[in-house]
Amino acid sequence: MKTATLNTTHTFDIEAIRHDFPILNREVKGHRLVYFDNAATSQKPQEVIDALVYYYSFLNANVHRGIHSLAEEATAAFEATRDAVKDFINAAAREEIIYTKGTTESINLVAYTWARQNLQEGDELIVSGMEHHSNTVPWQIVCEEKKARLKVIPVNDNGELLLEEYKKLLNERTKLVAVNHVSNAMGTVNPVKAIIQMAHEQGALVLIDGAQSAMHLDIDVQEMDCDFFAFSSHKMLGPTGMGILYGKRALLEAMPVFNGGGEMIKEVTFEKTTYNELPYKFEAGTPNIADAIALKPAIEYINKTGKANIRQQEDMLLAHATERLREIDGLKIIGDNDHKVSVVSFVIDGVHPQDVGILLDNKGIAVRTGHHCAEPLMSRFCIPGTIRASFALYNTIEEVDLMMEALNKAVRILR
Amino acid sequence: MNNKTIEQTEAIIVDEFSLFDSWDDKYEYIIDLGKKLAPLPDEFKTEENKVKGCQSTVWLTADYTDGKVYYRAESDAVIVKGLISMLIRVLSGHTPDEIMNAKMDFINKIGMTSHLAQTRSNGLLAMVRQMKHYALAFKAKEGL
Repeated sequence: MKTATLNTTHTFDIEAIRHDFPILNREVKGHRLVYFDNAATSQKPQEVIDALVYYYSFLNANVHRGIHSLAEEATAAFEATRDAVKDFINAAAREEIIYTKGTTESINLVAYTWARQNLQEGDELIVSGMEHHSNTVPWQIVCEEKKARLKVIPVNDNGELLLEEYKKLLNERTKLVAVNHVSNAMGTVNPVKAIIQMAHEQGALVLIDGAQSAMHLDIDVQEMDCDFFAFSSHKMLGPTGMGILYGKRALLEAMPVFNGGGEMIKEVTFEKTTYNELPYKFEAGTPNIADAIALKPAIEYINKTGKANIRQQEDMLLAHATERLREIDGLKIIGDNDHKVSVVSFVIDGVHPQDVGILLDNKGIAVRTGHHCAEPLMSRFCIPGTIRASFALYNTIEEVDLMMEALNKAVRILR
Repeated sequence: MNNKTIEQTEAIIVDEFSLFDSWDDKYEYIIDLGKKLAPLPDEFKTEENKVKGCQSTVWLTADYTDGKVYYRAESDAVIVKGLISMLIRVLSGHTPDEIMNAKMDFINKIGMTSHLAQTRSNGLLAMVRQMKHYALAFKAKEGL
């Protein structure tokens, strides 16, 4: 198999990259697939698919307990991913990397353990007005239970957070700030370093939802100084059903356990159970072994391609798409700012997003339409939803032009 | 009053769709139907009549006259509106029993199966179900 290689001028061979993603060869409704729903989930390179097949064909065994060779080999592969993830986000120690089902479970883990233990009546949590429901609902649940208050950082007309307003929300009652690194609905990159610093000055912790940033931005959790960082494998070329919670070691040590069961225990008697060390204390039951193992080749693929190269390609696509979209009469970009990554979201006067989605699909073009699980943000802009195109390293300018052709035609028919 | 049976109207729609060579033409036709569907007066666009889905909203209401059910509906999305227009054409003006027993095979035959997906809560399937609910409710009320 031909693999993508970099040349010294930091451009990459797009044809070789595309060749690594077999799904890009398939047809939809008689057209070559144009996949612009990467913010929902990315496609997978052959290496990741091969790793899954290899695991079930040659390596399948339960991890951590068997004395036999298969179990040892599976455990080694399973744990190798943890080291790869640690390096990927520059965590201080592998014990700070907790395997979860995805970003949603990572956030829920913190809500149900740290927040339940530490929140008291009258305490305050802050989220932003551009959060995915998964970074709002778990906090609402725990706030209701603990009689704590949830406050919201407002969003301006350009789809940016209002830091001055954020500053006013912070006070000695603030216990946690939970915001996304990149907005899934608009692509806005939030100034997380400043957000974290301001929260820490008030003694509050910060959880960063990195679901939309891990694939695109350089992540250094130590430099960022976030207390928790949550992200998903499937949005960064890896398998579904696998995610990561990073947490600072001291916090994770002090947190109560999440699920009870096998793997997470040290000693069990009917009188008292003692819990395992980090990270296993949070990983009850037989884990998602295959998908954890196959996350490693996804990370390696990103590393060998280089995030700077990935961003360069995506930025070029985003700039081209944004420029061409502005040609359409009555089109409004939601989140019209200059610090975005990979996502362009828009509405068109007199045209329902769902109709556009159906007509683009009819041309083999996959975009996302709807509220993007960010209903409060849609309410902020007084719209039922948007049309969202989100790009990845394997997309091309020609594909953007195909979308524009289909979009222009759709608007003509629909109006 | 609808002087054709449900099956007959379904057959006519299948015939009409057989004339189209491409998906583009099918969708243009459905969009055209959607644009032509008589708007539902605002007084009927109530929460009660709402069939809210993930992406678009449908309002559906029904009247019962001389033993026959008559539907009116609207949506904020025009393709959905076109699909509803076909459902109304097939089912409106029939008795509750006829409506409840309708197989609605034409949806598959014209290639709109994807709109039947269970996940599209305001897909055709949900609308057909809601229309049958109305028929059932009218029948039950009459039996009292």
